[in-house]
Amino acid sequence: MRVPLNWLAEYVDLEPGATPASVQEALVKVGLEEEDVHTFDLTGPIVVGEVLEFTPEEQSNGKTINWCRVRVAADGEIAADGGDAVHGIVCGAHNFRVGDKVVVTLPGAVLPGNFVIAPRKTYGHVSEGMMASARELGLGDEHDGIIVLSKYGIDAPVGTPALPLLGLDDSAVEVNVTPDRGYAFSVRGVAREYSHATGAAFRDPALAPAALEATGFSVEIRDDAPIRGVVGADAFTTRVVRGVDATRPTPPWLVARLSLAGVRSISLLVDITNYVMFELGQPIHGYDLDKVAGGLVVRRAEKGETLVTLDGTERKLHAEDLVIADDSGAIGLAGVMGGASTEISDTTTDVLIEAAHFSPVSIARTARRHKLPSEASKRFERGVDPRLGRAAAARVAELLVELAGGTIDSLGQTIAADEAPEAILLPAGYVSGLIGAEYTVAEETSALEEIGAEVTAVDGGLSVVRPTWRSDITDPCDLAEEIARIIGYDRIPSRLPVAPPGRGLTRTQRARRRVAQTLAAAGSTEVQSYPFVSAETNNLFGTADAAAGDVPAIKLANALDAREPFLRTSVLPGLIGVAKRNLARGLVDLSIYETGLVFRPEAGASLGYAGELPNGTVRPSDAELAALKAGIPPQPHHVGVLIVGNVTPKQPGLDAVPSGLIDALDAVRQVALAAGVEIRVEQGSHQILHPGRTAALYLGDTLVGYAGELLPSFAAESDLPRTVAVAEINLDAVLAGGTDIVDAQSIYTFMAATQDLSLTVPVEVPAAEVQAAVLEGAGELLEHIRLVDDYRGQGLAEGHKSLSFALRFRAADRTLTAAEASEAKLAGAALAGSRFGAAIRD
Amino acid sequence: MSDPQLITEESVAAAVDAALAAIAAAADSTALKQARSAHMAEGSPLANLNAALRSVPNDQKAAFGKLVGQARGRVNGAYAAAEERIVAAEDAARLAAETVDVTALPSRYRAGARHPLELLRERVEDIFTGMGWEIAEGPEVESEWFNFDALNFDADHPARAMQDTFFVEPPEAHLVMRTHTSPVQVRTMLDREVPIYVLAPGRVYRTDELDATHTPVFTQFEGLAVDKGLTMADLRGTLDHFVKSVFGDEAKIRLRPSFFPFTEPSAELDFWHPTFKGGARWIEWGGCGMIHPNVLRAAGIDPEIYSGFAFGMGVERGLMLRDGVQDMREMVEGDVRFSQQFGMVV
Repeated sequence: MRVPLNWLAEYVDLEPGATPASVQEALVKVGLEEEDVHTFDLTGPIVVGEVLEFTPEEQSNGKTINWCRVRVAADGEIAADGGDAVHGIVCGAHNFRVGDKVVVTLPGAVLPGNFVIAPRKTYGHVSEGMMASARELGLGDEHDGIIVLSKYGIDAPVGTPALPLLGLDDSAVEVNVTPDRGYAFSVRGVAREYSHATGAAFRDPALAPAALEATGFSVEIRDDAPIRGVVGADAFTTRVVRGVDATRPTPPWLVARLSLAGVRSISLLVDITNYVMFELGQPIHGYDLDKVAGGLVVRRAEKGETLVTLDGTERKLHAEDLVIADDSGAIGLAGVMGGASTEISDTTTDVLIEAAHFSPVSIARTARRHKLPSEASKRFERGVDPRLGRAAAARVAELLVELAGGTIDSLGQTIAADEAPEAILLPAGYVSGLIGAEYTVAEETSALEEIGAEVTAVDGGLSVVRPTWRSDITDPCDLAEEIARIIGYDRIPSRLPVAPPGRGLTRTQRARRRVAQTLAAAGSTEVQSYPFVSAETNNLFGTADAAAGDVPAIKLANALDAREPFLRTSVLPGLIGVAKRNLARGLVDLSIYETGLVFRPEAGASLGYAGELPNGTVRPSDAELAALKAGIPPQPHHVGVLIVGNVTPKQPGLDAVPSGLIDALDAVRQVALAAGVEIRVEQGSHQILHPGRTAALYLGDTLVGYAGELLPSFAAESDLPRTVAVAEINLDAVLAGGTDIVDAQSIYTFMAATQDLSLTVPVEVPAAEVQAAVLEGAGELLEHIRLVDDYRGQGLAEGHKSLSFALRFRAADRTLTAAEASEAKLAGAALAGSRFGAAIRD
Repeated sequence: MSDPQLITEESVAAAVDAALAAIAAAADSTALKQARSAHMAEGSPLANLNAALRSVPNDQKAAFGKLVGQARGRVNGAYAAAEERIVAAEDAARLAAETVDVTALPSRYRAGARHPLELLRERVEDIFTGMGWEIAEGPEVESEWFNFDALNFDADHPARAMQDTFFVEPPEAHLVMRTHTSPVQVRTMLDREVPIYVLAPGRVYRTDELDATHTPVFTQFEGLAVDKGLTMADLRGTLDHFVKSVFGDEAKIRLRPSFFPFTEPSAELDFWHPTFKGGARWIEWGGCGMIHPNVLRAAGIDPEIYSGFAFGMGVERGLMLRDGVQDMREMVEGDVRFSQQFGMVV
């Protein structure tokens, strides 16, 4: 909401020397946050001048200009620019006569758009300034000619500063109005708030105009289908003003105020309705009475009904839309936008004024349905004072008489909503108990009366009837906020509550931190990416099997980028995007990781909650809660790692070490270490990974992820280097299997015996399985086994490889002999032999 | 060679002189070894003289024995001294040869880094767990009931539209990307016994285009306390303590009236710090208030008995204020240089 300060000052005393900043500082204390300040961008000498004489001079380009002598200061005095009292000015406009008072921008003045006025040689003369049009001063769009002050009924001595005469010396503060404070979308509301903040006297403009009664105009509220039990309109005032001159110009002060308020001047009649809406907060609709057929009916739209609104759009109406109709059908979308057929225009002579109160919910739905957020609907949605209609209609009528020359007619109608809001009991001690500061009953009463409530002392506390413009106040806690806010939040002391002893982070939370910390300590850099992806991306990364078809995924109804409307089922696409961005910036050796949620709806599972959501103001039943939770798709934490380029670059005495699957598997081991689990690696396959370089990762029998190198063809399509190693692990699955209790084993100290063992096996037998067989067969004396070589080639049978292991044996109770160690080794080799046909290679 | 006649003062002196000369001439351990085998080992003149002692008549044994013994002593002493000198010199030479330029050595270590938003989130968690609070979590795809209805957002109220919500298809499923961490409040109150003191950090979503000050995906943390007798003074005290913990003792807070459907009274939290970029001033950092009775009721908690407060702040904004990050985009793009300037520390 933008509030011109001169307008504000009509209804509340501004502090002496008030500036936009000081007014904003006051308003922010009561909850109206500052947004901006708006001014007319005008400086320098701009004065009233009188045209003394002018000579039309035809130019070679066919244009006629006027060479004028204009008095800009009293005879014998120095003009505001320091020049003579009479200036020579070239003017292209012709809408003035000798003796007219005009607005002269003298040299040194600066107009909007940083247009600097200076003496200028033009058309063979030196023009010492300019006679200004309204548009040149930033006062609306009028540019048919220069401003002739008498047309606006303005007269002032020559040399008078012109900006105050036109309202152009004002400025507006813009404040953010929270959605509970519809009343603050008006000068009236902001003036009241300023009064709360400063204690300055407030004069309610809604009380000022004498109530004027009128009858005889038929208005009927006929709502057959109230929304949520609320009738579409509960108050409706109509008034008629006849004989207006719609072609009169809107006075500059009014244009200036609307302009500062952010509204363009349209025509006098429309400007008046807007002016009253901004002043009081009551949306007004004006009809050309001659175009209205019969009386008005407020009703829901009929099936198939259409309406051409003021913006020229033909709208198909919905059965829930509230319309204003006459004998011809719908002539307006109630509270949202009027219709074209009864629009006021330059030929309008008789105006029908409508000031109504519509149901916020009904207006909100219609405005949203037709994507028509208007100044009127904005106010109705947030709550308009239902008792405001009569005063607002009277104010419009008064301005139509004063500015448009009309006469108030006795025709009209008032349907009033006069019943007082229900009283709220504010129990004694409640406010202090909620706020934590002491408030006396006198303070509470006075604060509530200040906001316009009626307060009565009753048994056990105060009975409070809220003001009609504060529909947001429904509960004692709302009253507590008003009291705390009016008295000031500075009253609230600071007290640190003591929570009961907590148990710190959960095991899972600690483990997630360790995973992130370990990967970083091991040289990877943590990044974050957006979870928005395309269907194709999910189908590539969300399942190992290309033939699996569409991966179940969550689709957004209003994605920012229509190409990526789905939520990720894998963290890898985001990491790939991040890697590409880094590579493009010349950062070529990367190890990056991300932990975050992926979104994995189960195939065939129904999403969300079937039917209307439970009421939000009571605890739903256990069954309803279970159903709410069951409809939310699984969202496990995943950790993903991507490594590309060199692990270490070329350095003195050290060749570059290129990255690959090795590094992805090391990252997996780091995650496993941090998570406190053992992750088993098996040869695997995944559609997006190199078929020969893919590891499936298992925790027990559960597949928890993959590590591998991206399919080289995919890497090439994605402008990535050929080798990009990745790993992705479902952290939730991994952490579900871990424990932080270790079953500690004794550490034996007798001398170890070390031996080597080489076994030949068919190449397709995984080394890990051979190793596991040796370990198992050798029994408990084998303390440690390590694969030291995987040899293929000369000396071996076709299709075979030789695996060499270093073995370390130790007994708990004695130093082993070489013979005992050899016996255990042979037992291990024998088991590998029986499982895989492994033979000892000498 | 055991002719005792051989042992004369002259022969002994000659052997000693030859040995000492050879030892003195040895420049390294190899030459010293050669000198030892030529002049001190089996078959050397000195060894032969020593062997000849056996044949010396008994009455002369003492005199000759002393002569030869002293001679051997001198040579052995000279040898030991030479050995010590040469070993020391050779050790020194080897160390000198092994000298490297410590500034030119390669590194087999790669420095990683945490994302500063994660580090700051952990820091905030630690401050609250240190006060006995626990950390609560919730899903990012959330039911509208938890995200709005249970938080006193009326279905038709403009406050609901104000949230710039991502909706999940189909709309009748009533699922959204959570627009704030506040639904975790409701889940926590439904799942835990009062008293409740929890912090809920996490990612939230709004339909804002990415620019220097907005991102559609950002991180919030939400505080929630429900207990008997909690007041707005407890809220202020908690925020005071928190802000001083993160920003230092000079930081101050201010509460300003505001509106959120799920709190009443509601306030904006401003805080002040002397070392802000651009000078000491008040900066807005989140919303807070006393939990609305309707929200307590939706979670099955009796507002006549219990009260509570809640607050929510953006981690991104915290990082911008605290560490001077100028552009929101740097936090979301994943340029490794951004995380690496923080390393492991926030």
